[in-house]
Amino acid sequence: MNSATVRNLLVRGMLAGLGAGVLALIAAYFLGEPNVDRAIGFEEGHAPAHEHEVEIVSRSLQSTAGLATGVLIYGIAFGGIAALAYCVALGRVGRFGPRATALLLSGCALLAVYVVPFLKYPANPPAVGNGDTIGERTTLYFLMMVLSVLLAIAATILGKRLAPKLGTWYATVAAVAAFAVVIGLAFAFLPVVNEVPADFPATVLWRFRLSALAMQVILWGGFGLLFGELAERMLNPRPAKAEESRAMAAAPN
Amino acid sequence: MAQHVAQPTATTPTLPATLPLKAIAPWAAFFGILMLVLLYFVGAEQGATAVVSGEGVHEWVHDARHLLGFPCH
Repeated sequence: MNSATVRNLLVRGMLAGLGAGVLALIAAYFLGEPNVDRAIGFEEGHAPAHEHEVEIVSRSLQSTAGLATGVLIYGIAFGGIAALAYCVALGRVGRFGPRATALLLSGCALLAVYVVPFLKYPANPPAVGNGDTIGERTTLYFLMMVLSVLLAIAATILGKRLAPKLGTWYATVAAVAAFAVVIGLAFAFLPVVNEVPADFPATVLWRFRLSALAMQVILWGGFGLLFGELAERMLNPRPAKAEESRAMAAAPN
Repeated sequence: MAQHVAQPTATTPTLPATLPLKAIAPWAAFFGILMLVLLYFVGAEQGATAVVSGEGVHEWVHDARHLLGFPCH
């Protein structure tokens, strides 16, 4: 029965991830793509013959079907992982119901998976980034992401351990502070990457990064609300039934 | 009046029961890894490392990779 619950939550997580991915895709297309185009315009005007001289996939496909493939798979994959994390978190992180747990988890995931790595290694538009350092930058980005997620899990466990001694409030404050200190050390000691060309327009870079952040806020916010709703209906169908019977009882009046 | 009395019972939060870790583990092991493989193909394939040769995967998810914050090229 429990295994079936995990399976049902996993399926709902992937569905909610797909739904949230659609919302993020809309944001990506309308907010992000204009900035990608501006950056490519800069690239074509400045860089002497970029490495992709032969266009394998056309721009119109990259900005529609290609973008959709990437964003939707990202949504489904993180939806599935978040649903598995939710199975562990449910009933273990405090006195939260199914919906509140989903939104809390989703907010923490936004911070740990995206915002913290973004603060150190922000998203870059085309024309920013030296092709020769792609290996190093990829390693650093994934290292930062893994580190941030593992530290967030460690901070959660620390908070749970401290709660009986310090009380929930101070245990949470202490755990978040510990997370911030270790992340601050990682920010200070991991190598700096800055490969923005000197004459790249600052407004395009700023708007590109804001739109990338907006996409993630929409993705995780949408996921938290959608998945919370699906999980609540699955785990706690009673309130809905109570509502129905109340409505029926009230009907004769 | 009857409605007023009925309301508290309907809104009293019932805290969810915890799911045993043993029940989660097999799903996490299989689907967790599957999801990570999907993320690898969206985020890093044909960038720093490549399982499939060529540039097709990289070029297809090019815009998504930039906008999702992964280092692209």
